[in-house]
Amino acid sequence: MENHRKKAGWGHRSLMLLLMVYLLLPLLATFIYAFAKEWQATILPQSWTLAWFKEMLQDVRYTEALWTSLYLCIISVALSLAVMLPAVFIITVYLPRLERFMKGIVVLPYAVPGVVAAVGLIRAYSSGPIPIAGTAYILIGAYFIIILPYMYQGIRNSLLTVSAVELVHSAEMLGAGRWQAFVTVIVPNIWPGIITSTLLSFSVLFGEFVLTNMLVGGHIQTIQIYLYQRVNESGHLASAIAISYFLFILVLSMILMKLGKKVNKGISG
Amino acid sequence: MKHSHRWFLLGLVPFVVMIVLFQLAPILSMLTGSISQGNGSGFTLDYYSRIIHSEFYLKAIKNSLLISIFSSVIGIVAGLICAYSITRFSPKMRDRLLMLSNMTSNFAGVPLAFAYIILLGSNGVFTLLFKQWGWSVFADFNLYSWAGLVLVYVYFQVPLALLLLYPSFYGIREQWKEAASLLGASKWQFWRTIGLPILTPAVFGTLGILFANGMGAYATAYALVGGNYNLLAVRIGSLVAGDVVNEPQLGNALAVILALSTLLAVYLNHKMTQRSKMLQSGFTSKNTRSLRIFPKLKSSAVKEEL
Repeated sequence: MENHRKKAGWGHRSLMLLLMVYLLLPLLATFIYAFAKEWQATILPQSWTLAWFKEMLQDVRYTEALWTSLYLCIISVALSLAVMLPAVFIITVYLPRLERFMKGIVVLPYAVPGVVAAVGLIRAYSSGPIPIAGTAYILIGAYFIIILPYMYQGIRNSLLTVSAVELVHSAEMLGAGRWQAFVTVIVPNIWPGIITSTLLSFSVLFGEFVLTNMLVGGHIQTIQIYLYQRVNESGHLASAIAISYFLFILVLSMILMKLGKKVNKGISG
Repeated sequence: MKHSHRWFLLGLVPFVVMIVLFQLAPILSMLTGSISQGNGSGFTLDYYSRIIHSEFYLKAIKNSLLISIFSSVIGIVAGLICAYSITRFSPKMRDRLLMLSNMTSNFAGVPLAFAYIILLGSNGVFTLLFKQWGWSVFADFNLYSWAGLVLVYVYFQVPLALLLLYPSFYGIREQWKEAASLLGASKWQFWRTIGLPILTPAVFGTLGILFANGMGAYATAYALVGGNYNLLAVRIGSLVAGDVVNEPQLGNALAVILALSTLLAVYLNHKMTQRSKMLQSGFTSKNTRSLRIFPKLKSSAVKEEL
C-alpha cells in the first residue's frame, strides 16, 4: 500500500511542480527583466544586458536608501534586543504569572494592521507633548512594535529550551547575583536563538513599506520607498533593485534555516 | 529571596515605556480621535454615522471584505491540497519545498505588485504573448481591476495557508487510515468522517489569519492600483497620510472599523488554536522535531503582508 512508501506519487509531484512554478514565476520574471535589454512578445528576451545593475549602483539615491535602511534596521533591532532581553528574562524566570498578559500584548501587532498602527501613531505624535511625527524616532518606535512578536517568541523559546529557571536557581545557589547569573550564564546559552530572531526581525524590517511610507514617506527613503518610486520611472531598473533586495533576503533566510537546524541538532543531540 | 532584590524589576521599565508609547498610546489616540470633534474636544459619533451613510465608504468596506473572503477561501483550498501533498514527500524534499514557500511568502508588497505588472500588466510579457497568439480569452483581463487584485492577493495567501496548515496533517495518523480501511471505509469516507473534522479547527483558524491578512494588506494594493481601487486600507491611507490631508478624523473612524474586523479574525484564530490543541493533546510527540522548526517558519510567514 502507498501508505508506507515515502516516495511521493506522480500526482503529488506534478501538483508540487505546479505550485512551485506558480510561486516562482513572478520572481523569475523580475529576475529576467532585470537582465533584459529588450523583452516584448517573446518568451525570453531578445538581448541581455547588465546596464540596469550598473545604473542602479551608480545612482547615489540607491546607496543612500540602502544605508538608511541598514542603519534604521540595525538601530531598531539593537534597541529591541536591549529592551526585550532583560524584560523577557525577568518575566519568564521571576514573574511567570505575567505571561498570559504578555501573550496578549505580543499578539496585538499581528492583529492590528500596519495602516491602523500608522493612523494611531500619526495622531498621537503629530502634536502634543512628544511631537516626533515624520522623524526617525517615530519610525524606530513603530519598528520596535513590528518585531515585538518575533523577538518575544525567539527569546522566550530559547530561555525555555535551556531551562533558564533551573539554570538561574543553580547559579544563585552557587552564590551568583541575579545580574551575574543573567550575563554570565543565561545570555551565552541562549545566544544562537537570539541570533536567529535577530536575523528574522532584520529581514522583516527590511521589507517594511506600509508604516515607513505613511509615517516618514516624504522625508526618509528606505530601500522599499526607493523601489516604489523607481517602479514608475524605469521598469528594468526597478527589477534590478527588487532582485538585489530579494537576494539579500534569500541569503538571510538561508542563514536562518542553517542556524535553525543547528540549534535543533544541538538540543536533540 | 524575592523581597530583598526588588530593583531587578527596573529591567522591565524600558519595555513598559516602549509598549505604552508605541503600542497602547496610538491605539487609544485613534479611538478617541474617532469619537471626538474636529477641534479636539467634545464627544461625537458623527464620523461613524457619516461612514454608514456614505455609499463611497460602504463600498470600500464591502470591497475589502469581499476581496479578503475571496482570496482567503481560494488560498485555503489551494493551501489544504498542497499541504496534504507536501506531507507525502520525504522529509528532505518536504523541507526544501517548505523553504521555497517560506521564501516566496517574503515576496510581498511593492516587489510583488511590480512582478505582476511585468507579467500581466498592460505591457506585460504574458499580455503581449497572449495577444500575439490570439488567445482572446485573456484579452479582457485587467491586472488593475478586481480580478487582478484577487489574483495577486491569492498569491500571498497560498504559501501562508500552506505553512500554517501542513503541521496539522501530521495529527492524522496512518494507523487511523489503516483502521478505517480495514473496517471497510473508502478513502473519501475516511476524509469526510475523520480527516476533515480533525482539520476543521486548524482550517478555520488559518482562515482567520488569512482574512486579517487580506483586510490589512495595503502595500500590494497601493503599489498596484494606487488610489484608484476603492479598498478600506487604501482609503484610510489617503485620508490620513495622503497628498491632500483632508480628514484625519474620518480616517481614524475607518481605521477603528478595520481594526475591529482583524481583531475579530485573529480572535477566531486564537479560539480555534485552543480547540485544535485540545484535539491534538492526546497524540504522541513523534513529530516534535519537525514542529520545533516550524514556529520559525510560521512566525515569518504570519507577519502582515508588508
